[in-house]
Amino acid sequence: MDRQLLSGDEAVALAALHAGVALGTGYPGTPSTEILEAFSELGGRAQWAPNEKVALEVGLGAAFGNARALVTMKHVGLNVAADPLFTAAYTGVNAALIVVTADDPGMASSQNEQDNRRYAVAAGLPMVEPSDSQEAYDFFFRAVEISERWRIPVLFRMTTRVCHSKAVVRAGSNGPAAAAGIGSVPVPHFEHDISGRVMIPANARPAHRRLRAKLAEIAAWGETSPLNRVEAADRRLGIVTSGVSYLHAAEAAPGAGFLKIGLVNPLPIELARTFAAGVDRCVVVEEGDPIIADSLRTEGIAVESKPEMYRFGELDVARVRRILAGDTTPEDPPARGRPPELCPACPYHTVYATLRKHDCIAAGDIGCYTLGVLPPYEALDTCVAMGASIGVGLGLRHVLPPNEARRVVSVIGDSTFVHSGISGLVEMAYNPPPTGHVVLILDNGTTAMTGQQEHPATGRTLDHAPTGKLSIEGLAKAIGIGSVTVIDPYADPEGFERLLLERLAASELSVIVARRPCILAAADIRKWESQAARLRASAPEQAAADLPMGDR
Amino acid sequence: MSADALPRVTNVVLAGLGGQGVIKASDILADAALRAGLDVKKSELHGMSQRGGSVTSDVRFGTRVLSPMVPRGEADFLVVLAESEVEVTRAMLRTGGVLLSPDLIPDAELPNKRSLNVALLGALSRYLDLPTEALLSAVKAALPDRLHAVNERAFELGRKVALAGAAAVSPAGHPRP
Repeated sequence: MDRQLLSGDEAVALAALHAGVALGTGYPGTPSTEILEAFSELGGRAQWAPNEKVALEVGLGAAFGNARALVTMKHVGLNVAADPLFTAAYTGVNAALIVVTADDPGMASSQNEQDNRRYAVAAGLPMVEPSDSQEAYDFFFRAVEISERWRIPVLFRMTTRVCHSKAVVRAGSNGPAAAAGIGSVPVPHFEHDISGRVMIPANARPAHRRLRAKLAEIAAWGETSPLNRVEAADRRLGIVTSGVSYLHAAEAAPGAGFLKIGLVNPLPIELARTFAAGVDRCVVVEEGDPIIADSLRTEGIAVESKPEMYRFGELDVARVRRILAGDTTPEDPPARGRPPELCPACPYHTVYATLRKHDCIAAGDIGCYTLGVLPPYEALDTCVAMGASIGVGLGLRHVLPPNEARRVVSVIGDSTFVHSGISGLVEMAYNPPPTGHVVLILDNGTTAMTGQQEHPATGRTLDHAPTGKLSIEGLAKAIGIGSVTVIDPYADPEGFERLLLERLAASELSVIVARRPCILAAADIRKWESQAARLRASAPEQAAADLPMGDR
Repeated sequence: MSADALPRVTNVVLAGLGGQGVIKASDILADAALRAGLDVKKSELHGMSQRGGSVTSDVRFGTRVLSPMVPRGEADFLVVLAESEVEVTRAMLRTGGVLLSPDLIPDAELPNKRSLNVALLGALSRYLDLPTEALLSAVKAALPDRLHAVNERAFELGRKVALAGAAAVSPAGHPRP
């Protein structure tokens, strides 16, 4: 067996390849981004969607079409995809649909630390959670097994440490899926199933009952599934745990017995009841919300939960030791090094200097440009959710007195705009504030913050091959925005300042596209553009052969 | 696993600023441990690091590694690429752990400033049980051919100055034999 050092993300990609996943789709988001990038590099068919909702819908369609599908996103992405998710639980799937939610306890790179295990309960979906890269690989096959046996989407929950930590993985070297005990790769085809997939109330009512019946079966299966494992030892202390917390706990309390849960929904209640009854003291060690602890207590199982202070942030070995000791004294503050900042050569320094100089009220958004909130600029006033800059800016414009309203600007990046800013622009044209509004789209030609991924407005696919290109300014005009201007704020800072002041003074709807490539991506963008130009110049059949992915 | 007898794990924390090659260095070290047949885990937070902020990466290796993160105060080695990060990360080091800071490597002798990460790995190699060949193979595997010679020289330089004496090593102490 070969040993490889893989991150959890890479291990999922490798498992997806070995499991015969026909299509991987998602939207970039730390810490999930590398899954699809690795899947593509391994030769899998991977693509970025404009946002997570679309990605999940594409994945669902693929699974309806009897092809195995993988959909990846960070935790907050599942909020965007929640609408199709809840009803996909009713429709079910034909071939496996695995939805990776990569949570970020401690918020290394996120706006909140929501615990997406709650989504599994709320939507009524099985959720599998690995602890490390080896389990990320192994458990993926179990997720496929569950998804196809019960014809149900499966949530695959990872966290930052599982996604990004590298560990030794022994992958099945004697071939793909067969080795891991799942069925052969299904052949895509379509079968009508109107009552099963058209969720009008008359069909959805029985579908809900079917879903609950499936969950009851999965719960019974989980009681003896290898996903849940008892490591019995000393009966003085038993620890119920899952995910990376298991590894911290195993190190913090090497003598303890463990119930290590890999199927976190539905929970193995009877297994836990027996385990807890067999130890003097039973403690649940879980990161984030006390979900396992609350669930077990509701079932009348006597377990200790962690003190409330450990709901916040990541766990580690030291914090688990404190939990086991019942220590609630204040913790040492974590070492704070130098915070991230806009790159010295970022084209958007000018933009933030201008916003600050004129005391703008800036409704911000999510991406590198959120760093404009840090010194020296401190030039953002809000940052809430992907695309929220436009709606929040409009709300402020609607209610503030005119002299203040005229200072409101919505600041959003190109990838974020495509993700969920477009509807905000439609709202702006539909319900224009009395003072008009200014939307500043910082188009640096890439999804910069997550590591320079492509998106629909770059005109290149995930693997940088040319494809249809969304025109941001063309879209803004088509929506009905009266003033749409493209400017390079780096090349012409004075012109940018004049333009912004002029648009703020006008009681009109304006979009300013501040366009200049990300300094980190610029060289690669030039390379891909020249590759594309060469392809266009050559014969079409030659072009197809020259594409980075020959099958496009 | 028998109670209270966890196998000994070597804990290394690497630190620096985004763009200095901290992650590359930890990738190389982890790969070297893998090549030496050991269990190994490495962990860091990505995402914001390339924006010039502080970066740390944990590498742990031994017969069996559990948590991917080095507990605070339990690092056997702290390898720091930027002087400004020494104080920020010092609490990671255990009592008697070894600090390898950038001033250990004489600037003038470093063939390329970007090789500081590999030079410090060379210095670290003097203290590790890992075979030097595993480390050098990992360096080569992580870098394009054109950078092999310069990084081999950087590695040898780091190893040489570390071997030359404890004087260059922080008074934080010496590793166990």
